[in-house]
Amino acid sequence: MQNPYVPYPVRIDAIDVATEDKSLKTFRFSFLDPEDEKKFNYQAGQFAELSVPGQGEIPIGIASSPTEKGFLMFTVFKTGKVTNWLHEMQPGDIMGIRGPLGKGYPWDTLVGKNILIVGGGFAFTTLRSSIKMILEPENRSKFGTLDVVYGARTPGMLLYTDELTAWEKRDDIHMHITVDGTDDPAWNYHTGFVPALTEKVAPAASDDTYAIVCGPPVMIKFTLPVLEKLGYSHDHIIMSLENRMKCGIGMCGRCNIGTERVCMDGPVFTLAEINLTPSEF
Amino acid sequence: MTILTIDRTSWNAGLDRARGDYTLVGSAWDADCLGFRELAPDEYPNMEGLLTRLSPKGVVFPPSQIMMTCALKPGDVKQNIYVSEEKLPSPRAVIGIRPCDAKALSLMPLNFDTGETKDPYVLNAWESCTWIGLAVTEPLASDFSTSCGTGPFDESPLDVLLVDDGERYLAKVITDKGTAWARSAGFETEAEEGAEALIKTKKEAAERAITSAISFDRIKEKTVLELYEANHWQKTTFACLNCGACTFACPTCWCFDIQDEVYEGKSYRMRNWDSCMTSLFTQHGSGHNPRETPLQRTRQRFMHKLKYFQDKYETGIMCVGCGRCIEQCPAGIDIREVCKTMNSQA
Repeated sequence: MQNPYVPYPVRIDAIDVATEDKSLKTFRFSFLDPEDEKKFNYQAGQFAELSVPGQGEIPIGIASSPTEKGFLMFTVFKTGKVTNWLHEMQPGDIMGIRGPLGKGYPWDTLVGKNILIVGGGFAFTTLRSSIKMILEPENRSKFGTLDVVYGARTPGMLLYTDELTAWEKRDDIHMHITVDGTDDPAWNYHTGFVPALTEKVAPAASDDTYAIVCGPPVMIKFTLPVLEKLGYSHDHIIMSLENRMKCGIGMCGRCNIGTERVCMDGPVFTLAEINLTPSEF
Repeated sequence: MTILTIDRTSWNAGLDRARGDYTLVGSAWDADCLGFRELAPDEYPNMEGLLTRLSPKGVVFPPSQIMMTCALKPGDVKQNIYVSEEKLPSPRAVIGIRPCDAKALSLMPLNFDTGETKDPYVLNAWESCTWIGLAVTEPLASDFSTSCGTGPFDESPLDVLLVDDGERYLAKVITDKGTAWARSAGFETEAEEGAEALIKTKKEAAERAITSAISFDRIKEKTVLELYEANHWQKTTFACLNCGACTFACPTCWCFDIQDEVYEGKSYRMRNWDSCMTSLFTQHGSGHNPRETPLQRTRQRFMHKLKYFQDKYETGIMCVGCGRCIEQCPAGIDIREVCKTMNSQA
């Protein structure tokens, strides 16, 4: 019987400060045993437990793409005991990763479809994984149009800015970047909140168009009515939830919304599925 | 299936013989608290049929256990690499467990074996046990096990059912594991022909003594949202202090927390019982809490036991009617009344 609680040993290869306020750092890990990397077979939208010895575990969305080999990437907000410690760790340090966990975005359904990605703040991690995967030369032709609405409080709080700039220059992805506000005269993109921008730039609703929404509760709260107004049906709106988790494998009992365990049955659900549950997220 | 007769004067000697093959687990007094635990080599299980304060779930799911350890000292080749502490337990004979408690533990694999993943700590511990139940001949007023798909003489989760018959036990040996234990103990005298009828008579008397009859049929028929949004929850949960006594006493509450503890250069990843009654149970790192109010937390417990579990596994409700939460709730909340309210027409 394989023990699902024991993490794979990994080494921190690189740590980058991800935002101007230094509250987010991006960590790149490699597996100590190459065989473990083969077992860690994941999809965009899944998460893993980062295991910091002596401190505990935290569930974090996987920010690297399954098409990127040789490393795993996570962007972590400093907020509690484990993440505070993790932010002080150094390249070369050994820790653990347990996963992949949960269900990713429904890629079998999304093949051949237009995709609207709506993201906000530091929930952009699994969306970065998804965009990176879709844009790979071997994958891009499998999908229709790709629109991305991404917002942060200020320009300095946007994640993965080098990649955002590179994606901006491509003609097979439509980037719509916004910040809540800025006094930076060099800011060339949108200003305002994600829901308002979504209403302006979202592709027309159709049977062949799906929206993936991931962000803070307030962004989700105001984006869903916009998508409904635009005609997106509830089974074409896909969301990723972030309930508190411990085990990540459906056993410890805390992340449920009704009969659904967010860690195992999710974290990805359609709005149609969520509508059948108590809104405890 | 065989029915044995075990004279009480030979009971302890039989248990002693079986200690060669089994670790004995049974109910025992610690100060003023009766609970289930491993028995010392010279200790015998309490066989008075009393309701233990905590259920026997700790036999397979301890209140606190080490899941894995890792070295933290610099220079250790295994520094920061966790190694599992799971052990294959030696065979254990759990003596005198109430049939409804054994039923509760028999539901645990539904939670701890999801098909995709298996919890080796719980499943190995569960598998190591031989369940020697003691029929409940004098049910408490809070017992409503017969409404919950089990009962005072339920054989289904047991390997052996013991029935108190004065100077002797009648032992109904149900499974091969039960046969092995009885053989190990040297219990081999078959009971007289009328023993089965005698057990049946005692069973009927015990079931008649349980006066609570609770229905769950409408809870099954109603949708999750109909039950969740019903307007009685303010009243139903008003008295609840969120103390969590019910969750710790309950044989079907299996929620847990995982925490790292550091001691002398080593990290211990611990699993501890947890409770959906606490605010921290669901509080996000951001401070946002999907179950922020006492009402939400108490509603979660009843909805989980009586609706979510039933819908998810279709094996009935997640309650065996043992009555511990009724006996121990400091606010006098009676789950039977909650069942009636949830099951009402409204």
